[in-house]
Amino acid sequence: MSLRDLFGFAARALRGHRLRTGLSLLGVAIGVAAVVTLTALGEGARLYVIGQFASVGTNLLIVVPGRTETTGGMPGMGGVPNDLTLEDARAVLRGVPEIDKAAPIVMGTETVAFGERRRQVALAGGTHEMLEVRRLGIASGRFLPPLEWDRSSPVAVLGQKSAAELFPGRDPVGQIIRVGDWRMRVIGVLAPRGQQLGVDMDDVVIVPVTTAMKMLNRRSLFRLLLQVRTHADLDRAKERVVRLIAERHGEEDVTGITQDAVLGAFTSILRALTLALAGIASVSLAVAGVGIMNVMLVSVSERTREIGLLKALGAGQRQILLAFLAEAVLLSTTGGLLGLLVGWLAVRLLVAVYPALPATPPPWAVVAAFSLSVAVGALFGVLPARRATRLDPVAALSGR
Amino acid sequence: MIRLEGLSRTFDVGGEPVHALVDVSEAIAAGEHLAIMGPSGSGKSTLLHILGCLDRPDRGAYELLGRDVARLDEAELSLVRRHTIGFVFQFFHLVPRLTALENVELPMVFAGIPAGERRERAMGRLRDVGLEPRASHRPDQLSGGERQRVAMARATVLDPKLLLADEPTGNLDTTSGRHVLEILERMNASGLTLIVVTHDPAVARRARRILVLKDGRVVHRGDGAHIHEAVEILSAAENGT
Repeated sequence: MSLRDLFGFAARALRGHRLRTGLSLLGVAIGVAAVVTLTALGEGARLYVIGQFASVGTNLLIVVPGRTETTGGMPGMGGVPNDLTLEDARAVLRGVPEIDKAAPIVMGTETVAFGERRRQVALAGGTHEMLEVRRLGIASGRFLPPLEWDRSSPVAVLGQKSAAELFPGRDPVGQIIRVGDWRMRVIGVLAPRGQQLGVDMDDVVIVPVTTAMKMLNRRSLFRLLLQVRTHADLDRAKERVVRLIAERHGEEDVTGITQDAVLGAFTSILRALTLALAGIASVSLAVAGVGIMNVMLVSVSERTREIGLLKALGAGQRQILLAFLAEAVLLSTTGGLLGLLVGWLAVRLLVAVYPALPATPPPWAVVAAFSLSVAVGALFGVLPARRATRLDPVAALSGR
Repeated sequence: MIRLEGLSRTFDVGGEPVHALVDVSEAIAAGEHLAIMGPSGSGKSTLLHILGCLDRPDRGAYELLGRDVARLDEAELSLVRRHTIGFVFQFFHLVPRLTALENVELPMVFAGIPAGERRERAMGRLRDVGLEPRASHRPDQLSGGERQRVAMARATVLDPKLLLADEPTGNLDTTSGRHVLEILERMNASGLTLIVVTHDPAVARRARRILVLKDGRVVHRGDGAHIHEAVEILSAAENGT
């Protein structure tokens, strides 16, 4: 009996009971669609996070004052460190050839006011290099000019939201604002950026780093962002930077953080989440399998006479087993394909509603969901099929 | 062709043994036309099932074409049923979702014959029973007589040596019944061994040889020309004397 005849026979039998067949198809389809959609969600979350990191550049090396053993942990919790200074930043730029650009950063909070409008914002001290190193964009005006790092200047660049709040419906470029006790001229507005490294880059005021240190009365940098020439040099650059600063400070009191470590942690967490979602969705596939078994058992008992006839016509036990297994597998496979389609549509809908979430089912989940649905049919089809083969032909022919 | 030696079959019905066949010995030659008669419960159906390899005797030997089929395993038996035996049933047993043509094709599907050849042979058999124009009809679109003719086409499509008919006219009116019998006899005339189980004397009398069973034993052997003897014994048996 050829495979084609086998499945042809099975398909004819299934078409004989459209409602019953349709319902068990639906069961499998829901299971597969659930796996596809839920894993797409998990994968979307992972890609979203990766995208967030990639937006600040994957060649980024972050140096924070303080010694921590664990990458990706809370920096600044190991004793009292020496200051991380602009001189350190300059030394790194001179002494480590892998470093392309350095962007020293100072952070604090300050009140910004324009006329009667006031707003508490994050104050960032930066340099001209910050624009490139942090992958920022300019919506209007320009970014901090390429000054000497230790020169102060009363200019400020506003984040998108800060600008909108302080200057509703107006272009702030050229206006004078007050930042704390300082009067500053707005020279530019950032393009919308959202959260970056835990700072809302839309609600920020950026001023030259030396100015910020004076305003906040700080001597140490908050962070030193370093752009490494090539991604492959990242680990070596980190080692050399940390060693160089240690030599300058007389002890190893800074920590180098690369995105890879943080990203790795996030990725493994979100992978686990996706896997868990897939597992939950698979339960519905198992339930669908029980549904198939039920339908097949009904089918076997309804078709007792037919099975008796097939035996009388010389169908072997193996052939009858295969015929009923083929029915179960056909059910689950068709249901699986249907589920892939429904899942795909659901994911498309999701992306249409939440364009920010790059929801896409991972290939392994699609393959696994479909294979699982086929396997479920084969597995849960065995019992009914065996029942069919074991029928006594004489009893079966008389419908007993 | 067929040799039965001391064949016995006992069923267990509600804890009580029922002797369906007791020590039946018989020889049936190739090309014979044999009728098996008997009241209900006489064991005639059991005998037919054993002859058709759907059931096995508890004791005794059943030799078919020189093979002791009572000793064969299930896989071998299904091959014997497929290639050596054809069945015609009282209730036709057509698969309702398949067309007449597909029903006739069914044994060939399991025999692994390619679709093209299958179609051709099935069409030929339908032509033989005069149903070629009805090939694409489903069983519920056919009359009883037509259904039985489809069943006969199906039973003979793999060229069996032995055709077993269980009350083939039991569900038909006289005209279609006669038509069915004529086809069976034509098949028999072309060399097919025909065994018909019936309680209808009009059917049995057309057989060359008649066996009458009662309580699992052969109580009479006669021929079609002397059907009245068989009928007398049969009615005596049915009246319990």
